Amino acid sequence: MMLNAQDLAALWLTLKLALVSTLVLLVIGTPLGWWLAMTRRRFRPAIDALVSLPLVLPPTVLGFYLLLLLGPRGPVGQMMTALGGQPLAFTFAGLVIGSVIYSLPFVVQPIRDGFLTVGRGPLEAAATLGASPRDRFFKVALPLAQRGFLTAATLGFAHTLGEFGVVLMIGGNIPGETRVLSIAIYDHVETLAYGRAHLMSGGLLVLSFALLLVVHLVNRRYSGVRT
Amino acid sequence: MSLKLQGTLQRSKASDFRLAFDLDLPATGLTAICGPSGCGKTTLLRCVAGLESDFQGTVRVGPCVWQDAVTTLHLHQRALGYVFQSGELFAHLNVAGNLRFAWDRTPVDRRRVTWDEVVELLGLAALLERGTGTLSGGERQRVALGRALLKSPDLLVLDEPLTALDRSTRRAIYPLLERLRDEFAIPILYVTHVVDEAARLADRLVLMENGQVTNQGPLVELLTAPEPGLAHGEDAGAVVTATVGQIDDEFHLASLEFAGGQLLVSDRGLAKGAKARVRIHARDVSLALAPSAGTSILNILPAEVIDVLPDDQARVVVRLRIGETILLASVTGRSAQTLELKPGKSVWAQIKSVAIL
Repeated sequence: MMLNAQDLAALWLTLKLALVSTLVLLVIGTPLGWWLAMTRRRFRPAIDALVSLPLVLPPTVLGFYLLLLLGPRGPVGQMMTALGGQPLAFTFAGLVIGSVIYSLPFVVQPIRDGFLTVGRGPLEAAATLGASPRDRFFKVALPLAQRGFLTAATLGFAHTLGEFGVVLMIGGNIPGETRVLSIAIYDHVETLAYGRAHLMSGGLLVLSFALLLVVHLVNRRYSGVRT
Repeated sequence: MSLKLQGTLQRSKASDFRLAFDLDLPATGLTAICGPSGCGKTTLLRCVAGLESDFQGTVRVGPCVWQDAVTTLHLHQRALGYVFQSGELFAHLNVAGNLRFAWDRTPVDRRRVTWDEVVELLGLAALLERGTGTLSGGERQRVALGRALLKSPDLLVLDEPLTALDRSTRRAIYPLLERLRDEFAIPILYVTHVVDEAARLADRLVLMENGQVTNQGPLVELLTAPEPGLAHGEDAGAVVTATVGQIDDEFHLASLEFAGGQLLVSDRGLAKGAKARVRIHARDVSLALAPSAGTSILNILPAEVIDVLPDDQARVVVRLRIGETILLASVTGRSAQTLELKPGKSVWAQIKSVAIL
């Protein structure tokens, strides 16, 4: 049995969503993770908790509030309309926003932990050797925390691949636009097309396992070198 | 050209640790900062380097103001070489990469050492392509030292650089530090809690306790000074600067001339006329009222008691004057009473062992 055009579109959309979300997450997660690792401000635990929230909230709760926010009547939706655009709900851009929030902790926490593992020592040493703050970040902190980044990118990608609740709430089920793999699987099960559901579920299972295996192999290799 | 280091640090109102110091140091030579752990030695270095943001005071190195009431230079703008206790080599770079990190960030017109000079001094040529994870402790500290030197610093600070190393590795690194001290005309601050290490390397001492500088001055004076000096405890002992005189080829003995007399020591390749630094521990000096005959001790010198300092319950430290030199002797309180030791008394100092540093 082969995937039909609709299924392939769902697969392609899912990969595109995961890739774009991961890139956005790395751009947001790097400064956020750095700040969480380095700051001594008292409200840091509050920010840490906020970032971890998607770990415990049902995705439908997240999706519900995002729908209210991004929909035509929501503040962001109305702003988009006022600016001559269209509301973000039920669009690919809306899905990216949802995925980014949904996968935030999976990216920010490994990056933060990566920077924490580097610690202040090498950065202080770099400063005494004449490196400016920017120089220290790019030439010392980033390369030393690369393991955290690899974990972050892989987890962010894999986690976005499998999202369902948020997508369903704010994206709906528009083929080629917002119909991702997990929703296509749901549809197949609903219509009792178990063969197709197996094919896609099995594929997702293998891919997710492969990605996590990479993370663990990389972590093991590094920890062997470091100590 | 001199160093002015003055100021206070109170990290938070809640913490009762307060660091205060006011030091004027010469522009060359090695100043050892000694004190028990937790006394604030390392924190003092961090204040000078600019690693403590709560530090308030003045840091002036020669003509350059690093910090005063008006300006504070960022630490990456200070011409400082800092060697951390753990080395803090960058794990993502090999040895050459670590050295180049400092070299590349030093403007060409500021460079006062050459790459080859530093690599040669510290014997780094064979290590350049090695990863930092494969280095031994001693190799790591040599790389850390090289990295700091390649920045052509106006001030070099070393924070217990040898503490993590074993004895034989330490001994191998001492000569490097001595060459560094003598060949590079830069002031060095050297934090250590090992008095013998300071005695070997330092020209000056700063003694610290509980966040305060308790005493400071030339090494030779402070080692034999009563509290708050170092004339007490296990490590008590004097340092004597001497010149190598006659060498007895038959018995392989060298005579070391110092201000006050001469010492005979085993000749281990000393060059005539060379300067030698000699450590004489208080525990290796005993006292007699008459020069004893029939003893294996070679060095028996006439001395005058300066004073007798209480040490622990059983022992006292006797400060002795031999010419212009002061030595310490550790004897029991009972012996001190039997010999009637008191200021001005003439005695014979029997020196059992002399260590050439």
